[in-house]
Amino acid sequence: MTLDLSENLESKTRAEPRHVQLGLHDDQVLEMYWHMLLARRIDERMWILHRQHEVAFHVSGIGQEGCQVGAAYAVKRGHDFILPYYRDLCLTLTLGLTPRAMMLALYGKAGDPMSGGRQMPAHYSARQLNIVSVSSPVATQIPQASGIGFAIQYEKTDQVVVTCFGEGSTAEGDFHEGLNWAGIFGLPVIFLCQNNQYAISVPIEREMPVKNVADRAYAYGMPGVIFDGNDFLESYGAMKLAVARARQGKGPSLLEAKTYRPVPHSSDDDDRTYRSRQEVEFWKKRDPILLARNYCYSNNILDEDKNQEFEERAREIVDDANEFARAAPYPPAQEALNGVWGPLPEIERAG
Amino acid sequence: MSEINNIDALTLTLAQEMRRDPRIFLAGEDVGRRGGVFRATKGLVQEFGENRVVDSPLAELSLVAVGIGAALYGLRPIVEIQFADFIAPAFNQIVQEAARFRYRTNGDWICPLLIRTPYGGGIGGGLYHSQSIEATYAHIPGLYVVAPATPYDIVGMLRYALRVNDPVLFLEHKKTYRLIKGEVPDSDYMIPFCKADIKRKGSDITVIAYGLMLHETLQAAQQLIHEDIDIEVVDPRTLHPLDRDTILSSVKKTGKALIVHEDNLTLGLGAEISALIASEAFEYLDAPVMRLTGPDVPAMPYARTMQDYFMPNVEKITTAIRKLAAY
Repeated sequence: MTLDLSENLESKTRAEPRHVQLGLHDDQVLEMYWHMLLARRIDERMWILHRQHEVAFHVSGIGQEGCQVGAAYAVKRGHDFILPYYRDLCLTLTLGLTPRAMMLALYGKAGDPMSGGRQMPAHYSARQLNIVSVSSPVATQIPQASGIGFAIQYEKTDQVVVTCFGEGSTAEGDFHEGLNWAGIFGLPVIFLCQNNQYAISVPIEREMPVKNVADRAYAYGMPGVIFDGNDFLESYGAMKLAVARARQGKGPSLLEAKTYRPVPHSSDDDDRTYRSRQEVEFWKKRDPILLARNYCYSNNILDEDKNQEFEERAREIVDDANEFARAAPYPPAQEALNGVWGPLPEIERAG
Repeated sequence: MSEINNIDALTLTLAQEMRRDPRIFLAGEDVGRRGGVFRATKGLVQEFGENRVVDSPLAELSLVAVGIGAALYGLRPIVEIQFADFIAPAFNQIVQEAARFRYRTNGDWICPLLIRTPYGGGIGGGLYHSQSIEATYAHIPGLYVVAPATPYDIVGMLRYALRVNDPVLFLEHKKTYRLIKGEVPDSDYMIPFCKADIKRKGSDITVIAYGLMLHETLQAAQQLIHEDIDIEVVDPRTLHPLDRDTILSSVKKTGKALIVHEDNLTLGLGAEISALIASEAFEYLDAPVMRLTGPDVPAMPYARTMQDYFMPNVEKITTAIRKLAAY
């Protein structure tokens, strides 16, 4: 089974710009570009703060903003469920996590709304936005996404679930079991693999014996779709189709965004030990933000003045979030003991 | 008031709770048409349908993970692991996920997942159908581990478990399923977690036991009374977190303590309870704390001779108590 991405296009021959064919207005495209840009500037600041020894750790989403913004625009914010992974800065930002929240988490400050300073940065969570808490063991969220899909089917709502993971996670049993459940029960889940081609240092040839993650969809009775994850519009189109399919009760999809991580795995990694600079430079020319900007320029959605305005606004937001988090208090030490158990239910009359 | 056995207590309460709360559903291997390999879910698919009594694929990791997802969504999933011996593939999901959602989100996400599983030996189950897994999971903050051993306690604690907003591992000793009968009142009573129960009052020695060992200990008590040894039997019921107060006040009264469990010795529940008594009731002790447990071998062997050697029983318990009484 494959999904025909051209279904998205009202007419393949029409000379209208791609975003119009996908049903997007100019201002929506501009917003998408803005979210990608803001995510990138936040991410870059986080790298700097780590290099300045301001914070202990950073794990980045740089290079993967294209498929993430596409995914964010394909779902209903706060209605659908999202089980992200640690590279989903742009996805969760676009869905409503604030730059201040992300910076508070980076610094491990008390006001961190994702975990109150308990988790490492980039472990996104926001219950009011239906963004489910990320943990560090990879792929655990995949079968949980099937569980949320099961609950949606049980309650007969029109919600869908999107879960994200890297291609490295597809070697875990959790991936296979999660897709198996979704396939058997026809659950409204979109499995979005952001294939950035490396599991830290291990290249895809050592991660899987097939060429594409999407090839595995066949085994779980769902369509597998491959698209250019650095192209925000193609990503949006693929996601839109899979979301519509899930919402109509037609079941799950496995989506594979082909992308690249042009930065080290995390602040503790040195990618020069496992790949060439030429390879990285090649992919930097395919940077999703660069591609989106060029698209906006050539379709008169954005000009250089407006872009400069965006850059200045992003700078202000990042500065504000950074200063806010730097000045915020740490959690009291004894806070480590709180939040293990909820209150036990009271019994009116013990038996 | 009626007399029922442990398996009936489970089935009746599951049905009653599913009628009460439409968010409750059951999932597990063979729980539907087969009614569970131990028949704990017998008749439930007929009453509640396949949407609420779900035959799952043979995959414990995703069975638990799907339960977690449904619990995060706001349902009240009950997943049955067919034998406790097969829970290991789900260890990561239980320990790192279910038990940590509340803590890792500072209370934003909660995971009220109930995992039921038969455990324990004495039924010819060999290495992989006899295991006691409680100590492994009782080490995990954020996860309740309960092991009610009588129909009365099973009914009351199962009702309570379905109102608790944290994950619960609900252990059912499989040998007691049809062996143990008891009176259950018709009322909607509940038994809270973290409350031990004194199953027999006594003055000479405190014996702490749960599951099948509770019943072996109660039998031992009947024999020992003829020897003028009057033991107090404390059933922790909730194995994690323990009701420390009830255990300590009993030991402070009797001055002697024996802990009995089937699980192996090293770092078992007995080790924790011994340390608790040693640190909090040292001045009250008239003898060293004793443990009578399964041996430190990988699991219970199949051959009857070896199985019986592994299992603590009435005879071994009376011998241990006599030794403690004479100290």
